[in-house]
Amino acid sequence: MHAEVEEKEKQSVSLKHMAGTETMIELRGVNKWYGDFHVLKDINLTVRKGERIVVCGPSGSGKSTMIRCINRLEEHQEGIIDVNGVTLTNDLKNIEHIRKDVGMVFQHFNLFPHLTVLENCTLAPIWVRKMPRKETEEIAMKYLERVKIPDQANKYPGQLSGGQQQRVAIARSLCMNPEVMLFDEPTSALDPEMIKEVLDVMIELAQEGMTMICVTHEMGFARTVANRVIFMDGGQIIEENAPEPFFNSPQSERTQLFLSQILSH
Amino acid sequence: MIVNDKNIPSRPAPASTRGIAGWLRENLFSTPGNSVLTFMGLAFLVWAIPPIFQWAVLQADFIGVNKEACTSEGACWVFVSARFQQFMYGFYPDTELWRVNIFFAQMTAVLVWVLWDKMPRRTWGGVWFLTGFPLTSFILLHGGFLGLETVETHKWGGLMLTLVLSLVGMVIALPIGILLALGRRSDMPAVSSFCTVFIEIWRGVPLITILFMASVMLPLFIPGDIELDKLARAMIGISLFEAALIAEVIRGGLQAMPKGQYEAADAMGLSYWQGMRLIIMPQVLKISIPGIVNTFVQLFKDTSLVLIIGLFDLLAVMQAGITDVNWPNISIEAFVFTGFVFWAFCFGMSRYSVALERKLDTGHKS
Amino acid sequence: MSQNINKASSSRFWYDPKVRSILFQLLFIGLLVFFISNIITNTTNNLEQRGITTGFDFLSQEAGFGIIQSLVEYDETHTFGKTFIVGLLNTALVAVLGVALSTVVGFLVGIGRLSSNWLVARLSTVYIEIFRNIPVLLQILFWYIAVLQVLPSPRQSITLGESIFLNLRGLYIPAPVFGEGSGIVLGAFVAACMAAFVLSHWAKQRQVKTGEVFPVFRVGLGLIVALPIVVWVVAGQPISLEMPVLKGFNFRGGITVMPELIALLLGLAFYTAAYIAENVRAGIEAISKGQREAAGALGLSEGRIMSLVIIPQAMRVVIPPLATNYMNLIKNSSLATAIGYPELVNVFMGTTLNQTGQAIEIIAMTMAVYLTMNLMVSLFMNWFNTRMALVER
Repeated sequence: MHAEVEEKEKQSVSLKHMAGTETMIELRGVNKWYGDFHVLKDINLTVRKGERIVVCGPSGSGKSTMIRCINRLEEHQEGIIDVNGVTLTNDLKNIEHIRKDVGMVFQHFNLFPHLTVLENCTLAPIWVRKMPRKETEEIAMKYLERVKIPDQANKYPGQLSGGQQQRVAIARSLCMNPEVMLFDEPTSALDPEMIKEVLDVMIELAQEGMTMICVTHEMGFARTVANRVIFMDGGQIIEENAPEPFFNSPQSERTQLFLSQILSH
Repeated sequence: MIVNDKNIPSRPAPASTRGIAGWLRENLFSTPGNSVLTFMGLAFLVWAIPPIFQWAVLQADFIGVNKEACTSEGACWVFVSARFQQFMYGFYPDTELWRVNIFFAQMTAVLVWVLWDKMPRRTWGGVWFLTGFPLTSFILLHGGFLGLETVETHKWGGLMLTLVLSLVGMVIALPIGILLALGRRSDMPAVSSFCTVFIEIWRGVPLITILFMASVMLPLFIPGDIELDKLARAMIGISLFEAALIAEVIRGGLQAMPKGQYEAADAMGLSYWQGMRLIIMPQVLKISIPGIVNTFVQLFKDTSLVLIIGLFDLLAVMQAGITDVNWPNISIEAFVFTGFVFWAFCFGMSRYSVALERKLDTGHKS
Repeated sequence: MSQNINKASSSRFWYDPKVRSILFQLLFIGLLVFFISNIITNTTNNLEQRGITTGFDFLSQEAGFGIIQSLVEYDETHTFGKTFIVGLLNTALVAVLGVALSTVVGFLVGIGRLSSNWLVARLSTVYIEIFRNIPVLLQILFWYIAVLQVLPSPRQSITLGESIFLNLRGLYIPAPVFGEGSGIVLGAFVAACMAAFVLSHWAKQRQVKTGEVFPVFRVGLGLIVALPIVVWVVAGQPISLEMPVLKGFNFRGGITVMPELIALLLGLAFYTAAYIAENVRAGIEAISKGQREAAGALGLSEGRIMSLVIIPQAMRVVIPPLATNYMNLIKNSSLATAIGYPELVNVFMGTTLNQTGQAIEIIAMTMAVYLTMNLMVSLFMNWFNTRMALVER
């Protein structure tokens, strides 16, 4: 047990060296409203290449909305969002371009139920990257192996468990060879016994140096892989810190309250 | 490390996304294509609405008794008011109209009792709807008892006939439909195959063929010395047709029942009929109300087909009005009025069923 | 314990549910047989009394009445059996045209209902709520009496480019005349269709191999349109159009679409379209927002999201009720009898029945037609549902 913790500590140390200096994502003064409701307030965030950010906060704090703005699933009204050097605008080509580089994993997996696991993975490479089928299948199999379910390739999503579906969803995103991966509460719709298999895949991904932004309440995961943890509440970023100080000595009262609530049980 | 414990106060959204301007931009002019669509829609409205309004209201004639009163360019609503009695009652005798009015009033009261969920003892309302209501209505409308003058059915007509046909269809079809649905799900092969064939035949053919059958074939089926009047024959046809539709609605309700309910009824030692009557049917009927109301709307529209076999329903009154030489060129007014009456009933009922469906839906989830 | 068993075995045999069930079914069948035999006796008595013959011999007798529209050769010297065919074909004509028109209108309105444009969505809703809450018979009569019968006389026809005319007597459209050599043009059309098919196959193969996407739809469509036209010009325009021309009080030449058909078609199509629109809306709404988001997040374009993710899933939901809608349209086409369009019910169950009096045979034949169609639709739906069902555990 103790050894395991030590092992993880070591991992996290080794991971922290990998973040580069190149800016991957930048949000400057981002504001968003749903109707008259002010959901995102003056969000400023810079994510460097290879950095892993964990975003936490109570429900309704705007954390999902924030990462959904990054690939334009939601439109922001004020401020600037740069992704990999491209500024998000209303231009459809621009949005499609950014989405090619940004992978996303959803809470409810959102696999396409009418396609097999393999077809789920090859759909975008075929139609967006315009690659030959055989090549896309090879890539898909490679990533399905990485998420440890190559044997399910010809099944339909409805035949898989929740954990397996979420791993397929991760593989599906990876097939597009993204620069950044966004995770929107990837484990909160899963049964407890399946959470680990998904987190393991995510940890492995982090070790390979993928830039990641994860909205999650898995604090163990945050300690292990995050470079920075961000706490959001009421639509604003309250506290931002490296995992050690964030968990050990949270500065803001709200952060303390939140941590005590989720860690108490 | 960043700490920002201060609350940033909520600001109102930027003006371009707020208020009327923001709403317009978001809902009407979000893309160039959308703007084009909006302008086309507006052009259509500008082209269509003012002339219609002018015809139907500004230049229309409302007061008078005959065609001569209609002097202006617009609609001649005088036709509707002059014919109003026929539209409502057909050829029902003038002195007896109060009887129809009582029927209308009782119908409204019973329907409110059964369909409004805040009313007390709705089950009894349902029982009255299926027993007392048709009986009293028959005595009232047909007469011949209790010193009431007999009014032959060929004098019945208009909205009253349309309502009578659809209500009778419903009253007879409900019990038969329930039996058919139970029969179709029965494990006795003779019963279930009979019910399945019966339901599928009536559901599979157009109502008009059933009405033809009722008016041409039915007299052949019964002993030669019994006479069935035209209305009764149509009612039989409509009821059987409706029963098949209701049976399918009820069957859907029976299938939606969780298996546990059937098992619980068995476990309590109830017999099949006791279980059905006390446990299953009350629940099935409750969740089937939207479906039943929808079939009723369908039936209400379909009763207009009796015009083809020569009954004088609302639509037939309209047609007679159009062909009346004393009232030339009023066909559009006639169609608009009749269409509106049908529409108001059907729209109202389907809104009710949608609202109820939503309510039942959330009821199940919570 | 043993006492109990004894008690059970000695109990009356009719407490055994199996015995009960058999007894009940025997009773049920007995009653049914009694009821039906009663009807048969009554009917034979009544028929005898009225001097009506039975059997299907009348089908080969001379009909002796004309029918105003027939897709096959027919006049009054043909048999009653032929009137059945004529009616059936006229029903089929309305069915095909009605299904096509209602599908186009229904899909447009259904998609409009979901439009992000508020005005378009509202107008679509208004359309649906008006057209589906008014009896279809009233709508058919409306088109027939209030619209088509107030059209101008042939001399004052409403015209579109002097080739299409609309007046009191119907719609007149140009008719194609197939001259010598028109076979080549038709051949070119068939060839173009085949070429488009081959093209789509080739494009698919190429995409599998190289990943390049070929605009099959646009090129294929262009081919199907352009090739016959080019051949038509090169071959010296063998297919010409015969324009309807006003001669005296009426038009001659071209194809005449009778007002009864137009009214029936419009009434049925607009009514059914309201139901189809609701289906389409429900089908598209049944696909969760997450599907669209996931597809978008992968970088697929709006068009591809629709064609690869939304439509394939929506179709599973839409097609079964769509089949029911079409079936209802065909059943409702029997309302033509109210305006005198000569379809199956009007011709066969109307005129032929009146002429022969053989109600039972004729009504049975007519019902059999609709029941057969219904059966085919249910078979199709079962097949479709099993084939398309999403694979779940």
